[in-house]
Amino acid sequence: MNVIVCVKQIPDPALPGALDPATNTLKRDGKLILDESDSYGVEMALQLVDAAGGGEVSLVSMAPNGEVSGMRTALAMGAARGVLVSDPALQGSDALTTAKVLAAAVRRLGGADLVIAATESSDGYTGTVPEQMAELLGLPSVTFAKKVAVEGTSVKVQRQTEEGYDEVTCTLPALLSVTAGVVEPRYPSFKGIMAAKSKPIDEVKAADLGISPVGWAGAGQQIASVTQAEARAAGEIIEDDGEGFTKIVAYLENLKVI
Amino acid sequence: MSDYTPPLADIKFAMEAIADLGAIVASDRYSGADEATVEGILAEAGRFIAEVIAPANRDGDTIGSKWQPGGKVTVPPSFEGAYAKWVESGFGAMSFDPDFGGGGLPWIASIAVQEMLTSANMGFSLCPLLTQGAIEAIHVHGSDEQKATYLPKMLTGEWTGTMNLTEPQAGSDVGAVISKAEPADDVAPGAWRISGQKIYITWGEHDMASNIVHLVLARTPGSAPGTKGISMFLVPKFFVNADGSLGDRNSVQCLSTEHKMGIHGSPTCVMLYEDAIGWLVGGENEGMRNMFTMMNNARLSVGLQGLALAERAYQQALQYSVDRQQGRAIGAPAGASSPIIEHPDVRRMLMTQRAWIDALRALIYTNAAAIDLGAAARTAGDRDGARTWQELTELLIPLSKSLSTDVGCEMTSLALQVHGGMGFVEETGAAQHVRDIRISPIYEGTNGIQAADLVGRKLAMRGGAVITDLLDEFDGRGAALARVEGCAAYAEQLSHATALCRTATAHLGEVAATDPRTLLSASSPYLRLLGTTVCAGLLAKGVLAAAGKDDDYHRARIASARFFGEQILPTVSGLLPSILASGAPLYGLSASQLASR
Repeated sequence: MNVIVCVKQIPDPALPGALDPATNTLKRDGKLILDESDSYGVEMALQLVDAAGGGEVSLVSMAPNGEVSGMRTALAMGAARGVLVSDPALQGSDALTTAKVLAAAVRRLGGADLVIAATESSDGYTGTVPEQMAELLGLPSVTFAKKVAVEGTSVKVQRQTEEGYDEVTCTLPALLSVTAGVVEPRYPSFKGIMAAKSKPIDEVKAADLGISPVGWAGAGQQIASVTQAEARAAGEIIEDDGEGFTKIVAYLENLKVI
Repeated sequence: MSDYTPPLADIKFAMEAIADLGAIVASDRYSGADEATVEGILAEAGRFIAEVIAPANRDGDTIGSKWQPGGKVTVPPSFEGAYAKWVESGFGAMSFDPDFGGGGLPWIASIAVQEMLTSANMGFSLCPLLTQGAIEAIHVHGSDEQKATYLPKMLTGEWTGTMNLTEPQAGSDVGAVISKAEPADDVAPGAWRISGQKIYITWGEHDMASNIVHLVLARTPGSAPGTKGISMFLVPKFFVNADGSLGDRNSVQCLSTEHKMGIHGSPTCVMLYEDAIGWLVGGENEGMRNMFTMMNNARLSVGLQGLALAERAYQQALQYSVDRQQGRAIGAPAGASSPIIEHPDVRRMLMTQRAWIDALRALIYTNAAAIDLGAAARTAGDRDGARTWQELTELLIPLSKSLSTDVGCEMTSLALQVHGGMGFVEETGAAQHVRDIRISPIYEGTNGIQAADLVGRKLAMRGGAVITDLLDEFDGRGAALARVEGCAAYAEQLSHATALCRTATAHLGEVAATDPRTLLSASSPYLRLLGTTVCAGLLAKGVLAAAGKDDDYHRARIASARFFGEQILPTVSGLLPSILASGAPLYGLSASQLASR
């Protein structure tokens, strides 16, 4: 069983991020790391391949520079190889362009039994790329997977909903978006890290995939302006005169949480 | 979320700009990794350690490892899971021999992982640390069969190791060991029966690993008194069958664990050997020689603990100083409450911690690099180079061990001070670091013994020239340092400090032969003087590397080093008079006069 995982390399969320004042987009010129949301997909893929008793996990990723640190993390976890679409021209790409590029990268790898993505990235949060990719690739799309099992030529998914979950079965090949927490991602081991050094990353340009226009030129959106988020208001302090709990109860009732 | 953040950029800077990792990985011996690979490994190791090992630190302190009736020792539940993941990670094997499952990386890379592991959880880190010492001893002195039987599982950490030296009457004086070993050829050819009681055995018993490999010092029949008659034995907790599976339990048990001031997560065991079956490691009467093999690495790792806990405590103090608002800082508007980080004395405390952390990291990573460059030179057949690096290693070891652990005690205390009254409250967590680090100036050769080693063996190397060579190197850096913007005063202080070191070194060289009491009475202040100066000289190397790189990070490196040069280095001036003074006043009061008041 072969699985392809879409992985995004993002600026470390632990560090203070900054916007490029010229484009109003997140600065991505520093070191990029594997988006934590994607580590769940990588782990899921590794477990599915393991359970199937054979096959490979491959990665597809897109970045405006040649950064591979985040992909190396996924390779160190156990993925076998990757395609990185690295091209300064990609800067400013919207979700649909991203989906076109990643779908083309999936085709370049010859497709797979299953394509896995996170529900959304931790820096852009558009949350639409997986479904757009499924459409472009002509694959069934199952979203918000919280449990995944492959049975023969179909995949059985527990799909997270607000109230609980739906049970969805669909035929392979398919594209799934998985939630954080679907599995516990492993940490790359020392041996995994050393082995990842020699795993191939096929670095290509958007033009190599025949995708044009990309970046700002291909984007159906523009960022008109960016405003500072409102500072969080100070909390309300209740002096406990022995009856403080009644005020807490009233406050929670007002929020309709009790 | 973890409350420990691996200082990856600072570790990288210490390795690359000061300790010369580039030269290490350029050597044939360490050609398996380049700087980028090491950086990538440390990033992943750091994340793992911060997320998996650090969160168990409080449990180590509050729950602790506990002796149970029957001799079992239980560890905090969070330790068990963390240790299993540590084994899976394989980071413990990075720098060991690939023939036994190691990664063959330079030692400095393991030192970086050790730094993070120790910062994250010192009590926990001692288990891999002791295992590492046992691995080295077996690797260098063990038989092929011992290596094949024990090393692979010890490298992964599936089995752990211990060092059994101390006995009630044999502490710093290892030669006073009385544990016995008698031939047990009736059991198996080459087997010995070991009997005796050992104390202070770190991780001597626990339930995190399936087997424990004890290395025990004992005397064979008719052996010479003192250190010359001591042999080392390998005594497994469980015997290992021919197929590698575990067999019967050996006759070794944990009688109790100590109730300690700190490192509660690490069980400190009293071990009883009653006709336990063991095998010689190396030859008979070669136990002390075996110990010396691993002593440098062990002392460096203990020195590292001072740096590591200073770092951990600093991170917490810094956060508190930003969050805590109290009083109005100079220049703040009337009626405002300022974060305490804005008050000058709090700033002094924070800068002192930061600058010392940078300084100790420079010292310890340079020490580790000297070990690697020495090994690389030996591999390349470069005997002169090997000797030079070995000399530097030998000189730096007592400095790394003593200065770093002494300063570690001071800096964890300063970090607690930043918290004000909250620091004295256990739940804050600042006190744990003060308690945990306090053992480090004591074990692995007390700091007094390190100072004696410095003025005894190390000062005598090439008649003191190993020291003056290093001072020459620092003086050679002075002119360039003075040209870096804002560093003229630092350069002046460095030049002054090296002059003090030269005076002190020459003086001690003279009294060494004639007045050993004066020599030893000056040993601790001399170690502080030389160690602090070496730190300043190494930081200057970092300044020169950072100068001209016009970014905030490198400017911060220079600012921290400059603080060290202007605010910390000058404190050594007061040490010279006590070094030059006679040792007689130390004995100005007799023992009874000391008591009668």
